[in-house]
Amino acid sequence: MTAQTAPARQQIAVSRWHRYRPDQQWEAYLFLLPSFIGFLIFVAIPVVASLALSFYDWNLLSPPEFVGFENYSQLLTKDRVFRKVLFNTFYFIVTIVPLQLGFGLLLAVALNQGLRGLEIYRLIYFMPVVTTIVAAALVFQWFFNRDFGILAAAIWEFGATTGLPIQPPDWLNDPDWAKPAVVILTLWKNSGFTMVIYLAALQGVPAELYDAAKVDGASGWQRFRFVTFPMVSPTTFFLMVIQMIGAFQLFSEAFVMTQGGPAQATLTIVYYIYQMAFEFQRMGRGAAVAWVLFIFIFIFTLVQTRLQRRWVHYETGGES
Amino acid sequence: MTATTPATIRPENTPGATFKTGRLALHAALILGSVAMLLPFAWMLATSLKSPPQIFTYPPSLVPDPVVWRNYLDTVQAMPFGRFYLNSLFVAVSVTALQILTSSLAAFAFARLRFRGREVLFLVYLATLMIPFHVTMIPNFILIRFLRWFDTFYALIVPTAFSVFAVFLLRQYFRGIPVELDEAARMDGASSFRIWGQVIMPLSGPVLAALTIFVFLGSWNDFLWPLVVSNSNATRTIPVGLATFRGQYNTDWHLLMAGSVIALLPVLLVYVFAQKRFVEGITLSGMGGR
Repeated sequence: MTAQTAPARQQIAVSRWHRYRPDQQWEAYLFLLPSFIGFLIFVAIPVVASLALSFYDWNLLSPPEFVGFENYSQLLTKDRVFRKVLFNTFYFIVTIVPLQLGFGLLLAVALNQGLRGLEIYRLIYFMPVVTTIVAAALVFQWFFNRDFGILAAAIWEFGATTGLPIQPPDWLNDPDWAKPAVVILTLWKNSGFTMVIYLAALQGVPAELYDAAKVDGASGWQRFRFVTFPMVSPTTFFLMVIQMIGAFQLFSEAFVMTQGGPAQATLTIVYYIYQMAFEFQRMGRGAAVAWVLFIFIFIFTLVQTRLQRRWVHYETGGES
Repeated sequence: MTATTPATIRPENTPGATFKTGRLALHAALILGSVAMLLPFAWMLATSLKSPPQIFTYPPSLVPDPVVWRNYLDTVQAMPFGRFYLNSLFVAVSVTALQILTSSLAAFAFARLRFRGREVLFLVYLATLMIPFHVTMIPNFILIRFLRWFDTFYALIVPTAFSVFAVFLLRQYFRGIPVELDEAARMDGASSFRIWGQVIMPLSGPVLAALTIFVFLGSWNDFLWPLVVSNSNATRTIPVGLATFRGQYNTDWHLLMAGSVIALLPVLLVYVFAQKRFVEGITLSGMGGR
């Protein structure tokens, strides 16, 4: 080994002449081997296999039969349930993502005022994030119960005391209300996560910006709109992308709390993959649904990345 | 809650009476929100200690009277939650240890060693980060059946013992450690393996701690994959065991809630005592190490 002085100079040397050194070549492969074997067997090959599988009809018992694009064309043109599944998934995305970000930002701004008890509030708001979703969904199923649930009782009581004609909906048995129930569960479960990420972003906003805005006579709302919001916009973008991917992959909430019902009102894309493959033993069709999921996620992420230029504010230059 | 919006935006140190009322309103709103967050937990706990007649009375109460501790006994007798615990613990510990081992070795190679095809291989790794697990789930399930691993711990552990994400996260961190340190160790005759174990790993405490919590919690709470590959109580983890329990005791809400308490309590207890670590672990890993 030759002695190297400055890391910067070494970097240049590495990139120009010492791309690899024969003495490290085999050693490096040895280090990579455990990870690479796993990567190959459980990620890379399955990706290819899954794509191939999506062109077959296979129930694991009889030999697989090549059907070309039929799995996809059935899904996109004939399958009424899949149309519902797509609608449900988009419903969840357009409700969950903005609400999650809104709640998270609101809570983070509130907690960033130098209040006492920040630790306790954070402890409580973040608590659902670490819970097992199966248990949480089970609790919410009981929480939403129309006859003996505490939420319904509160709504009944509210109606009775105010004299307003308010009745609790039959959350989990009414197709119109089952979706909002799933949305409420995910908001409860995940708002603490967006809150904590926003909180970290807010703590990076320089106080001088607020002082300057105040000197210029900006109101509270204006300081939020023209200082806070642009300063945390990279975080908003990041959270938007990952929350959207998360909403695309909604499964456990619906599986446990509503079993996809009533009348398929909460059947999601991932739930449909599960049904196809593991309830109806249609491996090829299930794989095709999974690829449709991937394509949607890919396109949505791409579109958001394109659109971010219009509204995401990145600090440039050496000042930040 | 909406009435307090102007107050939430007010930066600190505004003097005067409006400041005080603003703070109070803010606290009130946050406390109200906290109650909403805690209510499901309280409801779960209360129901788990009620007798069936108490459960089906109106109006529902958050205070069980009398307190029926027996529900917990009935729950663990109806379903082997102890076994589920051991399964979950075994799986989560194995997955975490293996994932950190395989990923840190690979990350070390990507960050520190020079070899042919490094950039290309890393790009291939990165490219698969975009592909959701659900795409590879079906072929993996078929592979597990082919290997006769269905309903074994191998199926639960081995496919998740590797993580592209962990490699990515660790590589980022390793690259931030000054190269002079391993160059010096190399001059003293240390092998790459020793540099990995005695220089890089000990200096990566924060990222390893964060990753450990993130991977452990992810494995502990994982539902879809264990649901697909386990089929008996001998391998069921807590989430799958709880879902199975629900399938069999559909309307016994006192037992189901006792089961939920059993499933949640240990994680919540650890969380309450190590809150900072949890939040750090999840945010650091959740943001990809930024």
